[in-house]
Amino acid sequence: MQVFKKIGLGLAVFFASLSAYADYSWNFPEPVTPMALDTLHVHNKFMLITMAIFVVVLAIMIYSIFAHRKSKGYKAVADKAPSTAVEIFWTLVPFAILLLIDFVIMGIPAYHSVVMMEDTRDKATMVIKVTGSQWRWQYEYLDGDAKGIKFVSNLSTPKEQTDKGFEGKKDEQYLLEVDNHLVLPVGEKVRILMTATDVMHNWWVPQFGSSRLAVPGFLRETWVQVDKAGTYRGQCKELCGKGHGYMPVVVDALPLEEYKTWVAAKKEELAKADAGSDKEWTKDELVATGKGVYEKNCAVCHQVSGAGLPPAFPALTGSKIATSPIFGADGKYLKDGHLDRVLNGIRVMPGWKALLNDTEIAAVITYERNALGNSVGDVLQPAQVKAARQ
Amino acid sequence: MSTTTTAHHEEHAEHPSGIMRWLTTTNHKDIGTMYLTFALIMFFVGGAMILAIRAELFQPGLQLVNPEFFNQLIGVHALIMIFAALMPAATGFANWMIPLQIGAPDMALPRLNNWGFWLLPPSAILLTLPFTLALFGIGDGALATGWTFYPPLSVQGGIGVDFAIFAVHLLGVSSVLGSINIIVTLYNMRAPGMTLMKMPLFCWGWLITAFLLVATIPVLAGAVTMLLTDRHFGTHFFDAAGGGDPVMFQHLFWFFGHPEVYILLLPVWGFIPQILETFSRKPMYGYKAQVYSFWAIGALSVVVWAHHFFTSGMPVPALLYFMYSTMAISLPLAVMFFCWIKTMWKGSMSFETPMLFTVGWIILFGIGGLTGLVLADVAADAQYHNSYFVVAHFHYTLFAGGIMGIMAGVYFWLPKMTGHMYNEKLGKLHFWLTAISFNLTFIPQFFLGLAGMPRRIPDYALQFAEFNMISSVAAFALGLSQLLFVYNIVTCVKGGKKATDQVWEGAHGLEWTLPSPPPYHSFSEQPTVK
Repeated sequence: MQVFKKIGLGLAVFFASLSAYADYSWNFPEPVTPMALDTLHVHNKFMLITMAIFVVVLAIMIYSIFAHRKSKGYKAVADKAPSTAVEIFWTLVPFAILLLIDFVIMGIPAYHSVVMMEDTRDKATMVIKVTGSQWRWQYEYLDGDAKGIKFVSNLSTPKEQTDKGFEGKKDEQYLLEVDNHLVLPVGEKVRILMTATDVMHNWWVPQFGSSRLAVPGFLRETWVQVDKAGTYRGQCKELCGKGHGYMPVVVDALPLEEYKTWVAAKKEELAKADAGSDKEWTKDELVATGKGVYEKNCAVCHQVSGAGLPPAFPALTGSKIATSPIFGADGKYLKDGHLDRVLNGIRVMPGWKALLNDTEIAAVITYERNALGNSVGDVLQPAQVKAARQ
Repeated sequence: MSTTTTAHHEEHAEHPSGIMRWLTTTNHKDIGTMYLTFALIMFFVGGAMILAIRAELFQPGLQLVNPEFFNQLIGVHALIMIFAALMPAATGFANWMIPLQIGAPDMALPRLNNWGFWLLPPSAILLTLPFTLALFGIGDGALATGWTFYPPLSVQGGIGVDFAIFAVHLLGVSSVLGSINIIVTLYNMRAPGMTLMKMPLFCWGWLITAFLLVATIPVLAGAVTMLLTDRHFGTHFFDAAGGGDPVMFQHLFWFFGHPEVYILLLPVWGFIPQILETFSRKPMYGYKAQVYSFWAIGALSVVVWAHHFFTSGMPVPALLYFMYSTMAISLPLAVMFFCWIKTMWKGSMSFETPMLFTVGWIILFGIGGLTGLVLADVAADAQYHNSYFVVAHFHYTLFAGGIMGIMAGVYFWLPKMTGHMYNEKLGKLHFWLTAISFNLTFIPQFFLGLAGMPRRIPDYALQFAEFNMISSVAAFALGLSQLLFVYNIVTCVKGGKKATDQVWEGAHGLEWTLPSPPPYHSFSEQPTVK
């Protein structure tokens, strides 16, 4: 009954919305890269051609449907196969027209688009690497001033809004907001290297017109050149598991000067975070930091409460790994121990080595051992994680 | 052309009654009926799954199902609709109609035929059982990778993937057996005088389909077996860490997957012109041209597979090749559209339900075909790929082009099969409700795709809300209208106005020379064709 009520309500809302705030989009969103612009032109052109074909054919058929009816007393006139040269010529004309449409009118612009799309290197001024993981994107700047900048971008829509049965008001950018935006300079051709750590993902911003599969173990490439400053949003578009709908892409395109300022600020911020790994942290500090890291990265599977979703995603509360020692007698971390699992992952669980910094890993492990219903009481220092990485 | 009398062979029609009749039957019509019934049941199972999905997508936010279950529903919906609804329906028609159309007493290999059918129910159970098992805490549900099984996601998945792999194996064996039977029947059991180029077009459609199945099903079976060994026996076919390549699976899968589209459509392309000529009351135009088009499409279908994953990355020459070869499919297809319309042109048309479905089918399948032409463009495909635009496109080809075509066939042949006329008024109502609600379901999805909504997501951003709402409401209307279809079939089987042998005024061909319903062993005396 609930469903019917909702459908009824929905119909009412729908008809009201038609007049009130019609938020319908009938075509691609505004293109901001040369590729998206080209795609839009090609799409519009092809759509017009196919619609023209459709209308002409439909018109002939509809005329026939109304004119050649038995109920109007129309008597069937048998067809004869084309036999003279002229008749055969006229039968082949539609065929020739179609050849022209397919391979000349559509085929030639399509050729140029493909060549442009695949030319990732000419005049590219910078390179970034995009890595897809379940279910977040990681960005790394590989050259220029920004070399070394590396961060993870997670969905930042509040969890309660995406929970089942949430009835309240949703954010304006519901499911399309992340904590760390990718920042690109306006007008620069950026070569994008694409890979993944676990399953396949696809990095897609509709206004950029580029989309490329991120394949684990392989590098694929594409490019963007954003010609207009602004914030652009997209989503992963290759089914990648239960979080597929929850790994958006958000890109800020900034004018070159502002971009440079951002690069400097970001570098400073990352250096500060790195420095954190050399200082001695208290347990409370680590638990407090760890809570944030846990809820952003781990709670999707292991749940906010730590109860997990067995059998696929085990509980952390009372789990053997989260309550047994991290290090062995020789001072090295134990295989299948807590730190090993977080750094390297297993089966469905990703390794976090490349995704989180030392402080974050130390914090989240300390949090998992001293919260979520566990109380082991020990503390893992960022310096220990740093050492363990070597 | 001679017509057999019923009285003559009634005494041969002894067969077990009750359930044993259906379990042990090797009769082509009984097996055909079982295929068709199975298809109808699975059509509703698959439909129920998608209605759960449309209910979830009715508005943003999660209301009914969680994302894991959502992913299971989409994949199993597709597998059921393709392998357990559309294909068995076409095979059911083949079983029923091929012997009738070529003047044979039965299929060439009747026991194989029986086996072919009885592989289907177990595979349907394999596909759906993980849902039930999960309720009892065993495993984590059905296949959650979409119907395409792409690794590494499918290597990561739970027991649902294994169940689906074995289901696909069984379905594949069943299809290959059915295909072999059809090829053998068509080559050996045609009535004297019926050369290949006099064979009814439906038989031609099925002949090409059967060859495509025999050629491509083994590739699919190989691909999913490699997946199985990757999952359980430590091989690395699709794992880069061991020297494999996940994208290779896409190549193997779509080497089967693209011909599969034509496997689903060719039987329909076969009988659609037969319906057109019947209700236009003049012989079909361009029989030979259509047969050659079938061959051309059959051949092209196995060399265009990579257009399903342009965004996976491949060399520029490969992109261009797959783009241009895909566009080339529009040529034989256009020939067929031309022939269909020319068959109607200057006919003496009447619009009973089969004709309504056929005309609707031509228009809607036309939209599917034209959007397919646009999708072939590599650069624009980067935008369309895996968006709702593609979802709308392939539902125009497979729901309109496949299922609505099958419905035309059902209404066309039902009086011949049952001996009763169906309810014409209800049939027409069914058509209009289906056509309107189908368009209202899928037209909004074109716009959703253009606006940037990816497919296979359980929840979406607010800007997509309006179109999803329309689509969901219309999907429920579409689903509910199909109840009329079942009601009409059931009442027609039970009784109704007696159908004549010819059934339709303009019908001609061997199947219309037999009584309605035809005798148990269709032609016990071989007719001859001039």
